[in-house]
Amino acid sequence: MKNIIVIALLLVVGFYLVDSFNYIKFGDNRLGAPSDEKTVGAYYLNNTVEKTGVANVITAIIVNYRGFDTLGEVTVLFLATTGLGSILYRRRKEGEHEERVTKESSYLLQTGSKILFPFVILLGIYVFIHGHLTPGGGFQGGAIVATGFLLMLIAYKNFKLGHNQLTWVESLAGITFVSIGMWGLITGGTFLENSFIPKGTLNSLFSGGIIPIIYIAVGFKVAAELTGVLDILLSIKPSKIKK
Amino acid sequence: MDFGQYQNIVTISVYGSAIALILIGLYAVLIKKNLIKIVIGLSLADAGIHLLFVAIGYLKGGTAPIFSPSVVGENVTMVDPVPQALVLTAIVIGFAVTAVALSLVIRLYKHHNTARIDQIKSLKW
Repeated sequence: MKNIIVIALLLVVGFYLVDSFNYIKFGDNRLGAPSDEKTVGAYYLNNTVEKTGVANVITAIIVNYRGFDTLGEVTVLFLATTGLGSILYRRRKEGEHEERVTKESSYLLQTGSKILFPFVILLGIYVFIHGHLTPGGGFQGGAIVATGFLLMLIAYKNFKLGHNQLTWVESLAGITFVSIGMWGLITGGTFLENSFIPKGTLNSLFSGGIIPIIYIAVGFKVAAELTGVLDILLSIKPSKIKK
Repeated sequence: MDFGQYQNIVTISVYGSAIALILIGLYAVLIKKNLIKIVIGLSLADAGIHLLFVAIGYLKGGTAPIFSPSVVGENVTMVDPVPQALVLTAIVIGFAVTAVALSLVIRLYKHHNTARIDQIKSLKW
């Protein structure tokens, strides 16, 4: 009975989704001609290079036009990490130290991850440093760095992460983000105003004013947060089954 | 890229797969009893919505909205950057939701020794 109701509901939802997307043709030009800006997207495409000096329009939107939103987004990630820690908090007994559930992995996996680890970290750092020039950015690079740490956490049973260092990296990155934003207020502009660092030439590493700096800070913050989440989730002990 | 005579097929397959993902996710959330499967359903619906967003932003022959040296000064069309930026935000929020939901599932599992909601009796009143 319940199945039938649910399937009927899904059919209704699906019908209206399909029906509404009849009117939105795939691949239609909804941006309008370059001369008349019909949408916000067209405005961004026409003005980003001139106003922010950044080649990657999406980075400009994320960090500059919607920079305040990104600050909130990073805060949500921070809250998720904190919430995870507080939900899964377990008081440790005397003399008990943290230990993961994973078994000792094979020699092949251990050696392979040891060789790959620095390169994965390097790739992640490359992605978030070049966030304003190439596809990618702080969030993607941070995720890649966290993947490198996941590799090590899986391969080595006794791989220890410095929780203090993670907290420090995360806090410093957050402080950098907020203080760069506040600097715009101090110099008489708006929050996250992109005017006090020269914009440089387009498509060079030092371009875009504060945008690369903020994205690098976001990258460090996301990397620290995701690594923290992985570490918390991996250090849960299986509960003893009560019969 | 011009799809030519395949325009309809491309439209149906892109929108269709996105809507199918959303519906499969909703189905899992509504029908499945295992909490892990419910979380997977949430993630699936998330993925479908992201695909739908990016598909709406696409326009025919558009390149990625990046003014790299090879496209500066050339007459290129670029896809709408706004949905892509929104999806980037949505992915991060989706990750946070999944992580917190999984931790709640772990907590429930430890308390009740089961991850099936129909066996967790104390939730009923």
